[in-house]
Amino acid sequence: MYRYDEFDQTLVDDRVEQFRGQVQRRLSGALTEEQFRPLRLMNGVYLQLHAYMLRVAIPYGVLSTRQLRKLAHIARRYDKGYGHFTTRQNIQYNWPKLYEVPDILAELAEVEMHAIQTSGNCIRNVTADQFAGVAADEIEDPRIYAEIIRQWSTLHPEFSFLPRKFKIALTAAPHDRAAIKTHDIGIGMVKNAEGETGFEIFVGGGLGRTPVVAKRVRGFLPKQHLLSYLEAILRVYNQLGQRNNIYKARIKILVNQVGIEAFTAMVEEEWQHLKDDALDLPADEIAYIKSYFAPPSYEKLEGEDASLAEKRLAEPAFARWLLTSLQPHKAPGYAIVTISLKPDGGIPGDATAEQMEAVADLADRYSFGEVRVAHEQNLVLTDVRQRDLHAVWQELRRHGLAAPNVGLLSDIIACPGLDYCSLANARSIPLAQQITRRFADLDRLHHIGKITLNISGCINACGHHHVGNIGILGVDKKGTEFYQVTLGGSADENTSLGEIVGPAFDEHHVVDAVETVVNTYLEIRKNGEDFITAYRRVGLAPFKETLYAAH
Amino acid sequence: MPLIKDGKIAQDPWIEAAPDAALPDVDALLVPYAVWHEHRETLMKRNGRLGVRLAADQPPQLIAGDLDRLDLVALEFPTFRDGRAYSYARLLRERYGYKKELRAVGNVLRDQFLFMHRCGFDAYAVADENLAAEWSRALAEISVVYQPSTDRRRPISSLRRRTPAGPGAAPAPKSGEIVSSWAY
Amino acid sequence: MTVKAITANRLSDGNVVYLRQDDTWSERIQESIVADSEDLATALLELAKRAVAERLVVDPYLFAVSVEDGRIRPLGRREEIRAAGPSVRTDLGYQAAAE
Repeated sequence: MYRYDEFDQTLVDDRVEQFRGQVQRRLSGALTEEQFRPLRLMNGVYLQLHAYMLRVAIPYGVLSTRQLRKLAHIARRYDKGYGHFTTRQNIQYNWPKLYEVPDILAELAEVEMHAIQTSGNCIRNVTADQFAGVAADEIEDPRIYAEIIRQWSTLHPEFSFLPRKFKIALTAAPHDRAAIKTHDIGIGMVKNAEGETGFEIFVGGGLGRTPVVAKRVRGFLPKQHLLSYLEAILRVYNQLGQRNNIYKARIKILVNQVGIEAFTAMVEEEWQHLKDDALDLPADEIAYIKSYFAPPSYEKLEGEDASLAEKRLAEPAFARWLLTSLQPHKAPGYAIVTISLKPDGGIPGDATAEQMEAVADLADRYSFGEVRVAHEQNLVLTDVRQRDLHAVWQELRRHGLAAPNVGLLSDIIACPGLDYCSLANARSIPLAQQITRRFADLDRLHHIGKITLNISGCINACGHHHVGNIGILGVDKKGTEFYQVTLGGSADENTSLGEIVGPAFDEHHVVDAVETVVNTYLEIRKNGEDFITAYRRVGLAPFKETLYAAH
Repeated sequence: MPLIKDGKIAQDPWIEAAPDAALPDVDALLVPYAVWHEHRETLMKRNGRLGVRLAADQPPQLIAGDLDRLDLVALEFPTFRDGRAYSYARLLRERYGYKKELRAVGNVLRDQFLFMHRCGFDAYAVADENLAAEWSRALAEISVVYQPSTDRRRPISSLRRRTPAGPGAAPAPKSGEIVSSWAY
Repeated sequence: MTVKAITANRLSDGNVVYLRQDDTWSERIQESIVADSEDLATALLELAKRAVAERLVVDPYLFAVSVEDGRIRPLGRREEIRAAGPSVRTDLGYQAAAE
């Protein structure tokens, strides 16, 4: 993984001291709250329902075990013993004290971490495929370019006061696990006719109040132009994005207003001035960053490990866990293991300090000391020998981390909702807890198969409800929580936005509604097709019928 | 309003014309873009120095052809959250080759000095003259940068090529100094 | 009118606080002063704004409560959660200490 050199370290250390000064000026009265708010936000400090919240960046979801242990330490020392992994591969602490935040940042800097640009109207933490570098289906390792973008976007002098927040995501596999089309800029790595690798660039995706699927702005961009092209997009947006209405300030609105053709023309025109100049990425610069992402020294192993088949037969619970938790690894004899942070009745994405340490220990013993955070709010061990899987599973079970539900109905994405968030209209977590309990039966869960269920506690859509196969949006009706259900959303390479089924359900009926949707799907399913395939075949009507038949 | 240049409070010789009043007869006259647009011919013929003030929705393309005649361009920050002028400043410096005074006006705060400076501003109209003392401190807070920008500071990527750091087969450093190729 | 109380977050640590009768701030909603007239509510908000200027609290606002048998109850789920703590972690927030 990437390691800071003296320059990277200096920048982060400088930033810690700069923020320490800003906090001091706030506490001493030199800054008003109005002046301080954007400064604290640009360093990931929110004021939430109960307390401040600190969002720490985990660039493209990659963590060393040293870093993960530091996150555990911070949870214990400065917070209440846990953290919350988010849909943007970050971690949030819910109870930090403002006067201690500079010390937390100094501790983070010791392990090459920071909270820079995890909020504010700037370029946010860049996200990527959580299986980058090890996935069997990828063209190239996108972490190289994610790191290059991280550096370019950090304290960018021109783009720190954009009309609104700006999110960039990358993937290098045909199967998109980074939801790139729901980002302001989505970058996919592709090969052109000559067999060269480059970038396909999408722009103007986003969720929130006005969900939009990103549109393609360029089919193939040679690697050396990555930064100049991004700078051109950002410069057009910085000048023309709306600034008088925060609901219309995202780049998606600009792209929709001027049209993708006109927008593309503006970007290309700006890019003509920027390309082949100081932002050019020479091959040796790419090679330099790439050298940090060299694969670990894998053992030469045969295909599937023989002992695995035995244990699978002997222990059905292990077999079930294998079925959902593994992804094909590009090295023979290895597996990618996703660790579910969605136990029955649990809080999606939450992990205790002890759990973080347990995962760090496992990664050190079995996975070259590296951990990933998935945007589905799970953790990943990227390089586990298949013959170690059983030991890893047993250890995970001891820490309540072996839920065999990755990719299934109870692998719910949920925002913190009204339990923590000052913007929320309704709670999200209790709903996720009720649903996981309702569908606790593993036979049934596995019988239902691949499906995504996403819950947001307000229209800002941090829980990505628009792109869940089943989406649930919490709304407030005169002080009472109601939940609107959407169906047919998807966040992969065939990104689609869910359609609203009808009137919202109250908190006592929404779990029943989910069950009705699932049962309806099971009735109409043909040849084992998954939920989204069935939905795309039959549409909303049969679900609407069963949901509202009794009314 | 106090004016900061090079970290010190500077004399401000510029007189700003009110939008609807007669143009004052002064040596250094600053006019809003609307006045410039309407009286351009007359103003061009005037003796003395001229400056134009652009609002946040007035991009520098509007005056790109007139820059030879201007000794001051003032870019407005209606609130510090409105960052359009950062792009305008870079365009003026890097694309249109403007070399004279580039002044930040409006809601100009201490914690924006660094970004403004990096984008090519060299004068700051501030509400509080005590900010002059803060200026150098604000600029020194972040001692390294990742981006090539108008200030021509060497970005980290070019600095580190001298250092054969990095694991494994890091590429050999390029020969000689690689100075950012920005030129304005 | 509905009876109202004033809440804010403490600047230094972010904790939820309620305005007391004596113009100080408490972590206990039961200690908060309640306004049963618009005039009093407005006056309290002015006091709270002074506390903002004095850098004690941030973002103060009025919210509706009911008072039954001398017990103050916030109205609405949001203020209930704010006064107690996360409904999904009853071991955290003020509710944890209330046991």
